[in-house]
Amino acid sequence: MPAPIRLRELIRTIRTARTQAEEREMIQKECAAIRSSFREEDNTYRCRNVAKLLYMHMLGYPAHFGQLECLKLIASQKFTDKRIGYLGAMLLLDERQDVHLLMTNCIKNDLNHSTQYVQGLALCTLGCMGSSEMCRDLAGEVEKLLKTSNSYLRKKAALCAVHVIRKVPELMEMFLPATKNLLSEKNHGVLHTSVVLLTEMCERSPDMLAHFRKLVPQLVRILKNLIMSGYSPEHDVSGISDPFLQVRILRLLRILGKGDDDSSEAMNDILAQVATNTETSKNVGNAILYETVLTIMDIKSESGLRVLAINILGRFLLNNDKNIRYVALTSLLKTVQTDHNAVQRHRSTIVDCLKDLDVSIKRRAMELSFALVNGNNIRGMMKELLYFLDSCDPEFKADCASGVFLAAEKYAPSKRWHIDTIMRVLTTAGSYVRDDSVPNLIQLITNSVEMHAYTVQRLYKALLDDISQQPLVQVASWCIGEYGDLLISGQCEEEEPIQVTEDEVLDVLEGLLVSNLSSPVTRGYSLTAIMKLSTRFSSVNRIKKVVSIYGSSIDVELQQRAVEYNALFKKYDHMRPALLERMPIMEKTASNGPTEIVQTNGEAEPSVVEPKHPPPVGQPASQGNDLLDLLGGNDVPVIPTTMPTKPASAGGELLDLLGDLSLGLSLMAFYLFDLFKTVNFLSTGIPPMTAYNKNGLKIDFTFERANPNPNVAVITIHASNSTEADMTDFVFQAAVPKTFQLQLLSPSSNVVPALNQGTVTQVIRVLNQQKQQLRMRIKLTYIHKGSAVQDLAEVNNFPPQSWQ
Amino acid sequence: MRFLLLFSRQGKLRLQKWFTPITEREKKKIIRDMTTLVLARQPRSCNFLQWKDLKIIYKRYASLYFCLAVENQENELLALEVIHRYVELLDKYFGNVCELDIIFNFEKAYFILDEFLMGGEIQETSKQMVNRCIEASDMLQEVRSTHIKSNNGLKSEF
Repeated sequence: MPAPIRLRELIRTIRTARTQAEEREMIQKECAAIRSSFREEDNTYRCRNVAKLLYMHMLGYPAHFGQLECLKLIASQKFTDKRIGYLGAMLLLDERQDVHLLMTNCIKNDLNHSTQYVQGLALCTLGCMGSSEMCRDLAGEVEKLLKTSNSYLRKKAALCAVHVIRKVPELMEMFLPATKNLLSEKNHGVLHTSVVLLTEMCERSPDMLAHFRKLVPQLVRILKNLIMSGYSPEHDVSGISDPFLQVRILRLLRILGKGDDDSSEAMNDILAQVATNTETSKNVGNAILYETVLTIMDIKSESGLRVLAINILGRFLLNNDKNIRYVALTSLLKTVQTDHNAVQRHRSTIVDCLKDLDVSIKRRAMELSFALVNGNNIRGMMKELLYFLDSCDPEFKADCASGVFLAAEKYAPSKRWHIDTIMRVLTTAGSYVRDDSVPNLIQLITNSVEMHAYTVQRLYKALLDDISQQPLVQVASWCIGEYGDLLISGQCEEEEPIQVTEDEVLDVLEGLLVSNLSSPVTRGYSLTAIMKLSTRFSSVNRIKKVVSIYGSSIDVELQQRAVEYNALFKKYDHMRPALLERMPIMEKTASNGPTEIVQTNGEAEPSVVEPKHPPPVGQPASQGNDLLDLLGGNDVPVIPTTMPTKPASAGGELLDLLGDLSLGLSLMAFYLFDLFKTVNFLSTGIPPMTAYNKNGLKIDFTFERANPNPNVAVITIHASNSTEADMTDFVFQAAVPKTFQLQLLSPSSNVVPALNQGTVTQVIRVLNQQKQQLRMRIKLTYIHKGSAVQDLAEVNNFPPQSWQ
Repeated sequence: MRFLLLFSRQGKLRLQKWFTPITEREKKKIIRDMTTLVLARQPRSCNFLQWKDLKIIYKRYASLYFCLAVENQENELLALEVIHRYVELLDKYFGNVCELDIIFNFEKAYFILDEFLMGGEIQETSKQMVNRCIEASDMLQEVRSTHIKSNNGLKSEF
C-alpha cells in the first residue's frame, strides 16, 4: 500500500480543481483512501490522514468517520500525534458525541504528563470543549495544576477552571483556596487568567463577590504599576503596557465596586488617573478609556468622575475613527437614563451623527436621539428626526416613524404641531408606518376636536397627491368619512379653507375603491367612509349606488359590508343617522407604544371583533350586563363615562352587529355610535326635575326624547354649586335597574364653580324597552374645601312621561 | 468570545474556532450569515455590527477577513486589539504571513491560536511568550524519515 499523500500535496491538488464537482470528486477519492487506511489501523500515517480529514472538514465535507481516530492519536505517545489528535477532537468532537467521553481518561493521563506542552494540550482541550461529566471527573486535576509554580501551566489551569465553573457551577467552591495568591504572581499570563477566573466567580456568586472585595487595593496597585511602569518590551502595545490586562482589571473593579461605597471610593483615584493619563492617539488607548468609562458609570463614583466619563464619551463622538464614535453612542445610550442632563449637553453632536454615512452609527444615533427628546427640545429635535426620516434607508423608516409618533405624543407643544408632525410622517414614510399606528392616529385625531376641520382638509389634500401609502390613505378615508361635512363646509381656522364639493370628495373615495394601489383593508375603510357620508352629505343617491355595486364585489369583506349597508338603506333607514353619527372622544386606554398593539380596557369583552384589526373592540353592551340590580341593592358599579371603542373597526363593528340583521339589532350598535353633539331630538315637553339637592350641590334633570327611538330617554343633568368654594374632581355616576340600559356621556367639566357661576352638564341616555318605571341610584364624588366628599342617593321622582 | 472565523473575500472559510458547543448545522448557518453580513459591508464602515444578541467585530487584513463574535458586555475596541494581536503572532511565526500560509499550514494557525486564546478568553498577553511556546512545541514534533522543505524552511511533517 503506497504511503498516503501528504497534507500539503492534497491541499495543492484540491486547489487546482476548477469546479465544485471536480473538487467533490477529488475529496471523495481521498476520503475512500483514508477510510481504508483507517481500517488497516495504520499507526504511522494516522496523523497525516486525520490532518487531511480536518482540511476537508473545513471545506465543508463530512468527517465524522475520523472521530475515533482522533482518540487513537490522543492516546499515542508521539507528540505530533497528540497535537493533531487534540486538534481533531476540538474540531470534530463536541459534547454531543458519545465518543467524547472516551477522551476523559486520555486527558487525565496527559494532565499528569512529564512534558508541560502535553499537559498544556490536555488543559486546552478540556478548557475549550469539556462536557459537564468530563469537568466533574477532572476538576481535581485542574485544581492541582492551579497551584503549581509552573506559570505556563498555571495560566492554562486558571482558564480551564473558568470553563469548569461555567459548565458545573457547583464546583466553584473547590477552586477558592487556590485563588489565594493568584494575584501576587508576576507573570502577566497568570495574572490575566487569574483576573478572568476571579471575574467569573464574582459574577456567579454574591458570596464570592463579597469575599473578593478585599482584593480591590491589590488590583488597584497592579493597575497603577502597569500605568506607571516604563517601557516593557514583552507587553507593550503602542506605548501602553499590557492593555489586555488593564482592561480586564478595570472590568473586575467594575464588578467589585458596583453598589459598594467603600470599594468605589478605593478606586476613584486610579480611575481618574487612567482616564486622564491614557494616550488616546491609537485604538488601544481608547479601548482602555472606554472600559474606564464603563466602570465609572457602573460604580458609585463621585459626580466629578461621572462628568469626566461623559466628557470622554463626548470627545469620542468627535473622533475621526468611526469605531470610536459607534462605541460612544452605544455607551451614551446606556447612560442616558441615569445621567440625562450630562448627555443632553452633547445633543447637537449626537444629532450630527444622524447624517453619518455608516449604518451602524446612524442606528445608534437615532436610538439615542429619541432617548434625548424632551419637552424643551421637541421642536428642534423633531425637525432633525423628520429630516432623517426623509432621507434614511428603508430599514430605519419603521422604527423612526414609531419613535416620532411616540415622542410627538409625549411632548407635542400644540395640537396643530402634533397633527402636522403626523401628516409629515404619513406623507414621507407612509408605507413603513406600523399597522397599529393607524388606530392610534385616529384616536389622536378624534381627541383634537378643534383641529378636525384642519386635519381632514390636510388629509384630503394629501390624498389628492398620492394614494399609494396605505396607512395614510386609511387614516385619511376614516377622517373624510367622519368629518366630511366639515370638509365641504369650507370652514377652517388654521389655514386657507379649500373649496371642494361633495362629488369631488366622493370621487376621491371611489377612486380608492377601484385603485390597484389600495389594499383590501383600505378598500374597507373607504367603503365605510362613503357610507358614513350618507348622513353628512346630500348626495345620498350616489352613495346608495356605490354601495349597491359593491354588494356583488369579489372581495368577501367588501361584499359583506356593502350588503349590510344596503340593508341599512332599505330596511333600517330610520336607524341610519344614529348609527352613522359622529364618534365620541376616545378614552386613552393602554399605553400606545409603537411596539404594542393597542388594547381596550380589560373590562371590554371582545365579542365583536373585526377580524382584520388586531385590537379587540370595546363592548358597551357589557355595561348593560354589569349594571346594578337595584332590587338587590349592591354597590353602585362604576360606569365609565365614555366608551373605549376602536374607530378603526367602526365599519367592522357595524358589519358584525348587523350580522344577523335581526331587530335584536342590538342597541349595541346604537350605543357604539354614540351621539356627541348635534342630534335632533323631538321636543317632548317633559318637565324638568331636581334629582338631588344637598350641601349646596343641586342636580337638575331635563328630559328629551331621542329621535328616532321613542324608548330612549335622554336626560341632561345640570349640576350647580351654591357654596363659596368650587367643587373640583366632580364625578357623577348612575345606575339603573336591570331592565333598563343606561349610558353616560362625557361631562362638560369636572369643576362645579362656586356661587352658581356655572353648571356642569352631562347627558344620560336610558333605554326603557319594557316601559317600566324609571328609578336611578346616583353617586357623587367631589373635592370641596380640601376634603373629599362622597354621597349616594336614589332618584325616584321621575315624571311619568319620561318613562312611559 | 463566542467564535472566531477567518474567511477570504470570496467567502471561503480558512479557520473556524468555536468557544461554545454548537451543532454542525448551526455552525454552517452561522458561517453563511457571517460571510454574507461582513462581505456586504461598505469599505469605510465601522468594524462593528450587531447580530442577534452578539456583537460582531471584523477586520480585513489583505485578502482575509477576521471575524470575532463577543457577548454584549465585552469591549469591542479591545476585541479589535485581540484580532490584531493574533495577526501579529501569525506574522511573526510565518514571516510576512499571507493567506496561502494559513491555507497550507492551517494546523499551525490553530496551534498558535490555542496558545493565545482558550475557552474564549486570552491566556497569554505577551507576544514573545506565545512564540516561544510554539517554537518549543514544534521542536518536540518527531521528524519523519523523508521530508520536504517548503519555501520558508518549515518542516513539513505530514
